[in-house]
Amino acid sequence: MDASPQRPVATTSPRILAARETKIVASDVNVYYGDKHAIKHLSIDIPDRAVSAFIGPSGCGKSTFLRSINRMNDTIDGCRVTGEILVDGKNIYDRDLDVVQLRARVGMVFQKPNPFPKSIFENVAYGPRIHGIAKSKTDLEEIVVNSLKKASLFEEVKDRLAHPGTGLSGGQQQRLCIARAIAVNPEIILMDEPCSALDPIASARIEELIDEIRQNYCIIIVTHSMQQAARVSQLTAFFHLGDLVEFGDTDDMFTTPKDKRTQDYITGRFG
Amino acid sequence: MIDKFQKGDPARLAKRYSSERRFQAYGAAALAISVLFLAYLIIDIGIKAWPSFFEHRVVLQFNLDPGKIDFTNVQKGDFTGLIKDSLRALFPTVTDRADKKNLTALLSVGAADDLRDQIVANPSSIGTTVNAGALLSDDADLYFKEGFSSTIKTAGKTNLQLAQTGEEYLFSGDTSQLAVGQIVRTNGGALRITSLEAGIAKAEALMVPENLNSLIPGSWDLLSLSETEAERSIDDRSTVWLEALRDKGLIEKHFAWRFFTAGDSREPELAGLRGAITGSLLTLIMTLSLSVPLGIAAAVYLEEFAPKNRWTEVIEVNINNLAAVPSIIFGLLGLAVFLNFFGLPRSAPLVGGLVLALLVLPTIIIASRAALNAVPPSIKEAALGVGASHQQAVFHHVLPLAVPGILTGTILGVARALGETAPLLMIGMVAFIVDVPKGFTEAATVLPVQIYLWSDLPEVAFQSRTAAAIIVLLVILFCLNAVAIYLRKRFERRW
Amino acid sequence: MSDHTVKSYDDDLANLKQLLAQMGGLAEEQLANAIDAVTKRDIRLADRVIAGDEKIDALEQQIEEKSILTIARRQPMAQDLRQIIVAIRISADLERIGDLAKNTAKRTHAISEQMPRKLVSGLTRMGNLALEQLKNILDAYAQGDADKAIQVWRSDEDIDALYNSIFRELLTYMMEDPRMIGPCTHLLFGTKNMERIGDHTTNIAENIYFLVHGKAITEERPKKDSTSTTNYNLNT
Repeated sequence: MDASPQRPVATTSPRILAARETKIVASDVNVYYGDKHAIKHLSIDIPDRAVSAFIGPSGCGKSTFLRSINRMNDTIDGCRVTGEILVDGKNIYDRDLDVVQLRARVGMVFQKPNPFPKSIFENVAYGPRIHGIAKSKTDLEEIVVNSLKKASLFEEVKDRLAHPGTGLSGGQQQRLCIARAIAVNPEIILMDEPCSALDPIASARIEELIDEIRQNYCIIIVTHSMQQAARVSQLTAFFHLGDLVEFGDTDDMFTTPKDKRTQDYITGRFG
Repeated sequence: MIDKFQKGDPARLAKRYSSERRFQAYGAAALAISVLFLAYLIIDIGIKAWPSFFEHRVVLQFNLDPGKIDFTNVQKGDFTGLIKDSLRALFPTVTDRADKKNLTALLSVGAADDLRDQIVANPSSIGTTVNAGALLSDDADLYFKEGFSSTIKTAGKTNLQLAQTGEEYLFSGDTSQLAVGQIVRTNGGALRITSLEAGIAKAEALMVPENLNSLIPGSWDLLSLSETEAERSIDDRSTVWLEALRDKGLIEKHFAWRFFTAGDSREPELAGLRGAITGSLLTLIMTLSLSVPLGIAAAVYLEEFAPKNRWTEVIEVNINNLAAVPSIIFGLLGLAVFLNFFGLPRSAPLVGGLVLALLVLPTIIIASRAALNAVPPSIKEAALGVGASHQQAVFHHVLPLAVPGILTGTILGVARALGETAPLLMIGMVAFIVDVPKGFTEAATVLPVQIYLWSDLPEVAFQSRTAAAIIVLLVILFCLNAVAIYLRKRFERRW
Repeated sequence: MSDHTVKSYDDDLANLKQLLAQMGGLAEEQLANAIDAVTKRDIRLADRVIAGDEKIDALEQQIEEKSILTIARRQPMAQDLRQIIVAIRISADLERIGDLAKNTAKRTHAISEQMPRKLVSGLTRMGNLALEQLKNILDAYAQGDADKAIQVWRSDEDIDALYNSIFRELLTYMMEDPRMIGPCTHLLFGTKNMERIGDHTTNIAENIYFLVHGKAITEERPKKDSTSTTNYNLNT
């Protein structure tokens, strides 16, 4: 089943893609964990200024692919990536590409809120500081405040910027993490199940936030909640056993999926 | 009525509960036994050590005759003679040469130095008469510390007549209170009963009485000693002198600061721990300054940066094994490498510190690695996610979070080093060193070695010193642990 | 189609389908009885039809509640979602069919004995045709057969054509004999009801097509019903 490269994908050449610039082009990407072939001959175009959702059952490779977009997989021993992923036409797996620079352009928000055990201010200021983005102290303060505002957290924390970020509620922590990612001025934001540790209200606030900022970023979100994918994304990709099964406009995916596996998955008929 | 809670065999359930209770009882018993042993050990050592923290002095009057003591050079004065004269002045009846020597032997050899120091500090006292305490020798000191349990004083209640025939004295009258071996003190003298026959008690003079007046109740008393003279470290005559001094109110008890401020000595009453404490301190500084940076650097490299291959695996296994190597092997290593090969000075804290650093390095590396490993990976991922380099992620986030764990491991390792004896024996830190070391290359000894040395000495008073030194070592170790706990609580951060 | 991971979800959907089938059967029976009543001028049967409509209304309500509950509980996606939405829509159509059958049955009283049989037979033919359509479309739904549904959808043309001819015929009668205007109007309404029923079956057909394919039928439906533009003065 593995022999053919470039397996056909039931894609409807999404309408959304035609309307926007393409930010990420992946072609024939393979990811291996040791002997395990985690992503198989994956090709996908992801548009800018839109939210793309990756859905699929556990272990289908959606998180793996997400983490290969900012080369977070580099930190895992025995992980190997072949093929190419172009961000603005530049292959991020090129030898001369600087990973640190890449990660400044491709922010990431993780499954579990993971603020640094430092003050709220320091959490957001860390990125700009190490990249030397802020010219002065007032500059830095402005970046922090703006990032917190964009993450719609500022009003809640403006009186306690010096308090530890770990003292916030789960949802606030996750928004702090988003603010931290935004502070470095990324073009792409990867979100790896950002709401899985949150209650529905906190999740809704994150979704609202994603909706607000999606005009300015290329956002990719991995989620286990199909409803969430349907709500926040414009494009949806369905992964199964390391294959990209279907990729298309979210509106189509959740009403009339093309592939039977997609249909079975989203209607709750799997396995 | 059917009991719905009754599921399964009730006997089996009872068995389960009883086994649980048994297990808890075993645990409690084990705990109780260890607490008991520990309490016994500490109380025993404490009781033994207690006397060492005090010393006894006899207050003597000194006529600081400028003829005897040179104004211009106080250091050269004959203070030994001065002290001996002062003591003998209290016992004018002691004329025999041997007795005189025995009398002055009650004073410590350090008493003269004390007096000298006192006068050097206060030269204006020369030419006047001063009262000053003179340190007693270890045996005399011990006599007072033993709580006089061996000497029983009884007031004389009967009338006795005293007569002298040559060297011998005769008691007649109501001799019902007397017994052989007892000492009758009267008329400024002390007489030991040698025989008691038909109402006549024969006695020999330990201290010659001033007259032969008859004894009436209240004018004499009786010293009875529970052990024979041979079994005691102090003879009857000395006992009489000491009792006389005490009766005159000349014996003073002081806290023995000397124990902490003096170096080692062959005389137990003069021996102190300052040399050993300083030696331990210097050795620890050496150990810490070497093992902490090395250990943490190694741990950070191995945990965060080293590739996982066969080499790092071998290194890892070896580090774990090194932690289990007997400490004396490290001593041999130190002897071979630092002393014989590099030719570093023997008995020096420098070498001791090097050897102990090698000893605790594996412990620190293992503890630090565990602490680094315990930091949630999400923190590192977060840092990498905003574009921190691997090194920035480790040094800005992972390492600070691991600090409490590293500190705890380090302090425990250092505590182990502090208590280590064997490797230091191998590099010659076991020598008898009187002077307090002033640098890393001077000969020194450390606390545990000092304990080992003292425990080996024959003088009875050293037993107590040994126990006291153990207490000091334990207190230092407890303090280190307390610091470890404090630091951990202080730096611990939740995430 | 494989089963849902959650078995009770399958039960919910099956239950919905079964309720719809029941409703379809009931509507079919009502229509058949209404046609019978009118044809035979059986007042008692007509009354039974009128009374029976309540059951259909009750079933429609049940289907609606069940659907809303399933949506709220399961958040259905794709085909499941379509199935529920389609069930709501079909039940509405069936309810209308029931109403139309009832309305037709009511007219039995008004169509008097002296009414020529020939005139009533037009309504009967029309009714049988609509009944056939309804049967077919209910079969198509039960089998999930989009092709069959398309067939039904296309054959609505025939009903429209028949309706046109009956319309003209009745108009002629009314012009010839003004006394017939009353009963003929009732007949006209009855026939119109049958024509409406045909339209509802096409609605159902479209829904079945959407259920199966996930999109609306794109081709234009052939329409033969020209009565809305038919003039009084027909000499052609």
